[in-house]
Amino acid sequence: MTQKLKYERPFIKKMNMGLMNKFGTQSESEAVRDIDGVAVKALVNEFGSPLFVLSERQIRRNYRAAVRAFKTRYPKVQFAWSYKTNYLNAVCSIFHQEGSWAEVVSGFEYRKTLSNGVPGHHIIFNGPQKSTEELLLAIQNNSLIHIDHFDELYALIPLCQEHGSKPRVAIRVNMDTGIYPLWDRFGFNYENGQAWSAITKIINSGTMQLVGLHCHIGTFVLSASAYGVAAAKMSALALQCNAVLTTPIEYLDLGGGFPSTNTLKGAYLPGVDTVPSVDDFAEAITTTLLDAGFKQDELPLLILESGRVLIDDAGYLLGSVIANKRLADGRRAVVADFGVNTLFTSLWYDHKISPAQDVSPHTDTVTLYGPLCMNIDMIRESVNLPALQPGDNLVVHKVGAYNMTQWMQFISLRPAIVLIDEEHRPHLIRKAETLEYMEAPEVLPEYLREAKEAT
Amino acid sequence: MKLKANIATSDNGFIFNPATGDSYTSNSIAAFILALMKAGKTDAEIKLEILQAYDVDQSTLERDWEDWVLQLKDANLLEAK
Ligand SMILES: Cc1ncc(COP(=O)(O)O)c(C=O)c1O
Repeated sequence: MTQKLKYERPFIKKMNMGLMNKFGTQSESEAVRDIDGVAVKALVNEFGSPLFVLSERQIRRNYRAAVRAFKTRYPKVQFAWSYKTNYLNAVCSIFHQEGSWAEVVSGFEYRKTLSNGVPGHHIIFNGPQKSTEELLLAIQNNSLIHIDHFDELYALIPLCQEHGSKPRVAIRVNMDTGIYPLWDRFGFNYENGQAWSAITKIINSGTMQLVGLHCHIGTFVLSASAYGVAAAKMSALALQCNAVLTTPIEYLDLGGGFPSTNTLKGAYLPGVDTVPSVDDFAEAITTTLLDAGFKQDELPLLILESGRVLIDDAGYLLGSVIANKRLADGRRAVVADFGVNTLFTSLWYDHKISPAQDVSPHTDTVTLYGPLCMNIDMIRESVNLPALQPGDNLVVHKVGAYNMTQWMQFISLRPAIVLIDEEHRPHLIRKAETLEYMEAPEVLPEYLREAKEAT
Repeated sequence: MKLKANIATSDNGFIFNPATGDSYTSNSIAAFILALMKAGKTDAEIKLEILQAYDVDQSTLERDWEDWVLQLKDANLLEAK
């Protein structure tokens, strides 16, 4: 018998004469059959669909490249892994093994760092909400407490007095760096003198050691020069501390905010072509610090709390096609088994999506929906994909940052997460949630249970 | 189901509607079907040929066929009944 031809749904596509471009429409439609040498099909068969996959190799590569970008330009550099970006213990362990400290913004994250074995003095405790017990825990562990507001400052003073310890603290500073929006809801403002006022209150209280200054000017910041401005203002504040209050500042923490190469929704050009590199940011920050007027032996330690840029492109979401549809106006739609609840960042990004199996070079512009019974559940409003069959697999790219922490349990259960190690071996690092897991914290009142049993 | 008489198709799946000036590309199976339609085959005959030539089962084909007809209607390529 002769071999039959591979079947594909028949389709025609209107040619748009005015908009032909030399790249055609194939850029997104090339098949991605494996992740780090492991077949997508095999991963989905073993661990289910949808499935998050992380590449250990890419995480380490990103981290080392970022460290190199700064250390080749400035003598004292320390990264602190921003837990909220992805706080899976396996991920944190990789960063800590590479030498990263931890940056946390809640008591929950703080305790995670302890169980991940991070020494107390390598934990940076940020954020506007720190309970009294959490502050005490941080004081006992000699962690770096970054004060966010005056109320926190005034709560800390008596706490330190009661416990007779002088914790190492910094203040978070917000400032105008020329970018919009100005994140002035966190920390103390530089321009209006609030930051300086907080600094003098800390020093005058005699209850704490002011060792650092912190800022985090935004996230997915596309301007390297904004970091130059931030570094200049932070340096000026540090030099003023030394000159006026004889308090040398040990470190300047410039926060996170470097963009990954994802494409922001509504952006005209793809992220890969437009975002500045870590080297660009490193250059802007370090040249400013080196020229700011610090004595050579008094250069502060430079801390960075980068999140997304270190992990976004190490994460993939594998999924499956559930159905093809044609909408009332003739447009095509594909329904996938992952929705905005799983892929939270689809609200910000036009994620690149590839088919995972051989396809014809013909593509169609489709809308990609998730499986939720909700109108908002749209992953891509318009994406070029080849004809797909139910059961075909899709690969969503650059999903390593914020999804595995901001995902929502809604309508369906959250999927498993797999880490592919440097020897191409997949490891389950978070099991798919189960009904039992979801219901474990629930309590059915006695009278309702009785009613249920009676029926 | 018949293509409008003035619709031009090529072997590699290029379609041109001189009435509207619109042109379309198609994947290879669509080109295969269009050629059979041009040759005057009925829907049933075309489906049979697809089942013989392609690795597909009847129910998948039926499902996609409905969509195929919609696409041709949307593109204004079909003869009014
Ligand atoms: C204080 C602080 N540091 C670091 C980060 C990490 O930011 P990014 O992922 O943009 O690098 C954040 C996230 O918003 C943050 O709030």
